[in-house]
Amino acid sequence: MKKIAVAIAGNPNSGKTTIFNMLTGAHQHVGNYPGVTVEKKEGLCKYKGYEITVVDLPGTYSLTAYSIEELVARNFIIDEQPDVVVDIVDASNIERNLYLATQLIEMNVPLVLAFNMSDVANQKGLVFNLEQLSELLEAKIVPTVGNKGEGKVELLDAIIATVQQGKVKRTHRISYGEEIEEELAKIETVITDNEGQLTEKYSCRWLAINLLEEDRDITAKVKSREVLDVAKGGAEHVKDIFGDEPEIIMADRRYGFISGACQETIRSTVESRHSKSDIIDAIVTNRLLGLPIFLILMYLVFQLTFSIGTYPMSWLEQLFGWAGKAIAGLWPTGSEHWLKSLLIDGVIGGVGGVVAFLPNILLLFLAIAILEDTGYMARAAFIMDRIMHRIGLHGKSFIPMLIGFGCSVPAIMGTRILENRRNRFTTIMVIPLMSCGARLTIYALVIPAFFPEKLRGPMLWLIYLIGILLAIISAKVLRLTVFKGETTSFVMELPPYRMPTLKGICIHTWQRGWLYLKKAGTIILAISIILWAAMSYPKPSSESLMGLNSEQVQQAKVAYSVAGRIGRAIEPALAPLGFDWKIGTALIGATAAKEVFVSQLAIVYAVGSADEGLQTLREQLQANYTPLTGFCIMLFCLISTPCVATIVATKTETNSLGWALFQFAGLTTAAYVITFIVYQMGSLLF
Amino acid sequence: MEGKNLKPLSTVKAGETVRLVSINAGRGLNSRLASMGLVPNVKLTVVNNRHPGPFIISVKDSKMMLGRGIAHKIIVL
Repeated sequence: MKKIAVAIAGNPNSGKTTIFNMLTGAHQHVGNYPGVTVEKKEGLCKYKGYEITVVDLPGTYSLTAYSIEELVARNFIIDEQPDVVVDIVDASNIERNLYLATQLIEMNVPLVLAFNMSDVANQKGLVFNLEQLSELLEAKIVPTVGNKGEGKVELLDAIIATVQQGKVKRTHRISYGEEIEEELAKIETVITDNEGQLTEKYSCRWLAINLLEEDRDITAKVKSREVLDVAKGGAEHVKDIFGDEPEIIMADRRYGFISGACQETIRSTVESRHSKSDIIDAIVTNRLLGLPIFLILMYLVFQLTFSIGTYPMSWLEQLFGWAGKAIAGLWPTGSEHWLKSLLIDGVIGGVGGVVAFLPNILLLFLAIAILEDTGYMARAAFIMDRIMHRIGLHGKSFIPMLIGFGCSVPAIMGTRILENRRNRFTTIMVIPLMSCGARLTIYALVIPAFFPEKLRGPMLWLIYLIGILLAIISAKVLRLTVFKGETTSFVMELPPYRMPTLKGICIHTWQRGWLYLKKAGTIILAISIILWAAMSYPKPSSESLMGLNSEQVQQAKVAYSVAGRIGRAIEPALAPLGFDWKIGTALIGATAAKEVFVSQLAIVYAVGSADEGLQTLREQLQANYTPLTGFCIMLFCLISTPCVATIVATKTETNSLGWALFQFAGLTTAAYVITFIVYQMGSLLF
Repeated sequence: MEGKNLKPLSTVKAGETVRLVSINAGRGLNSRLASMGLVPNVKLTVVNNRHPGPFIISVKDSKMMLGRGIAHKIIVL
C-alpha cells in the first residue's frame, strides 16, 4: 500500500474541519504541535490502494510569521514536506480565501484547491469557470460541500493525480510589478550564490519574497551578510517608491492578481441582496436585544449541561456504586483487606468521581460545538466584548468563565475557543474562582449550620459574588503583570451563519470527551490512589481501637493516617484562619475533589456516612465553631487550591506544569491571606 | 485635494461605503489586516458603529469585527 501525506490548509471558517472529517471519518487523533498549544489533528483515510495520512493545519488567513498558528502551518509544510497540500477555499467568499492559495503557490507546493460550500456559492448566484481558474492558479480545483459529504471521491482522485504528477515548475506567477520584481530578481541572484543550503528546502523565489517582506523567521535563517544587505536595500527602495511597507504593497498585488483571475472566471448571476446572515445579525447584535438573547442562550447552555447532565451522571454514579459493591463481594463481609479498600475507596471513589462528570462535559462541548459551528460564537464575543474588555479579557472569555460555575475542568478545556495566548491563560488562571458545583456541597453543609433561614440565600449569593469579584480583580492584575500586553488581534471575522452537521458536532464532542477520559484514567487515577493512601495509612494498632464503636474507629484511623498527621502539623498555620486539625485534614481531602471535604469532615467527626449524618454533622459544626469560622471555611474553599482534576486540566491546556503550579500556589496564597484578614478582622468585630 | 477628505474609519457612520487609504497599526497588525483583505483602495462598508464598543465592517464578501482602537488607525477616503 502506497503512503501519501496530505496537509489541509485554509482560512478559519472555510469549513476546513468538515472536509477533514469527511476524509477521515472517525479515524482521528488529536494532539498538540510540538512545543506549542496549537491543536494538531491527524487522521487516516484509505482509498484506491493508498494510505493517506491527513493533517489538519491551523486555520489561517496567510502564512506570515506573525502568529503561532501561521508559523506552525508554514513550518509544517516546509519541514514535513507533505505530498499534497489541500487548500480549503470558501467558494462563497472566494477572493479573501484565495489569498492563502497565492502564498501556497509561491511556496511551490503540490496543491489542490477544494472549493468548499459550493452549494452556498451557487445560491449566491456565483458561476465558476473552474477549468480556466485552475489553469491560472496551476492547481486542480474540486468543488466540495463538506457538511453534506459531496466531492469526497473527486477530491481524493485529485489528490492522487497531483501526487503522481510530482513537483511541477509553475509557469504563471503572481507579478508584483516592475520595481518589486527587479528587487526580487536581485535577491534571488544573491540567494543562489550564497545560500545553497536554504534553497534545498525553500523555493528561491519564496525566500526572496519573504526577505523583501522582512519576514522575521526567514530573515533569521539567512546567514549571508550579502543577502541580508541586498534584501534590506530592496525593502528600503520599495518603501521609498511606494511610501508603504513592502509586505502591504505585495499583499495588495496578490489581491490584485486574485481579483483579475476572478473577474475572468467568475460570473455573478444574481444581484447581491440582504442575506439571511444579515437579517439574523440585525437581530442578535441589536443594541437592545443582543445582550438578552445572549444571556438566554447562555442560560440554555448551562441548563443543558447541568440539568440534563444530572440523569446520566446519576446512572454513572449508580454504576460505580454497583461496581463497588460487586468488588466488595469478593471479600467476606467486614474484611479490612487493603486491596479492597484501594479498589473501592481509591480507584472507584477517585476515578468514579471524575468520570461521573463525563456527561456534563460531553453536553457542554456539544453546546459549544453547536454555538461555534453555527457561527454564533463570534457574535457572542462581539456582544460581551465591551464588558470583558474592561477587565482585559476577550469577549469569548465569558463563555468558559460561565461554564466554571458548573465545573472548572470543562471550563478550562473550553478556553480553547480563545486564540490569544495571554487572554487564554488569564482566563484559565481565574476560572477556579467561579464557584463550581462541587463547592456548592460545602456551602450546603456549612450555611444551614450557622446562619438563620432568612440569611441563607443572601449568604450563598455573597460567596458566589466574592468569587466573581476576585476573578475580575485577578484577571485585571494578571493582565497588568504576568500577561501584560495589548489585547491583540482584536480583529475577528464574523462568519456567515451555517447549519451545523450532526457528524461534525459528534466528532467534536467525542474528541473532547475522550481527552477527558484519558486524563481520568491516568493522572487522576494515580493522584486518587496517593490521596487514598494518605487517608488510610499508617493504620493504628488494633489494641488502640478496642472498645470503640465503628464511627470512632474511623475517626481514630483518620487521625492516625498521614493526612491526619499533616492536618495536625499544619494546625498552627491554620489557627489564624480559625481552623483546627479536623478542618485541615478535610481540606487535604478536598484537593482530590471539593466535595470530599464534606465526607472527610463526616469521618473526622465520626458521624457516619455524610448523607445520613448531614444534620448531625451540622450540629457538630455548630457546637465546635463560630459562624465566622463557618464563613471562613466557605471562603477558603472558594478561593483555595483547585482540585486535582483542575490542576491537571490547567497543566494539559497550558502545556506547562509551571502554570499549573503557579495557579495552585497563587490561589492557595490568596485564600490564606484573604481568609486570614477576614478571620482576624471578624474576631475583633464580633 | 484628496487630503481634505481623509478620515479615520472610526468616524464613518453605519451604512456608508469608503475606500481604504492606509493603516498605521504597527507592522504585525498591518500585515494581518492586509491578509484579511484590508489592502489600499479596497472598498469597505461600515455595518455597525455603535458607541462605545467594537466595530463591524464588511469587506470582500466577509464581515469583520474590529476594535475601536484599530478603527482609529485605519485611514479612509
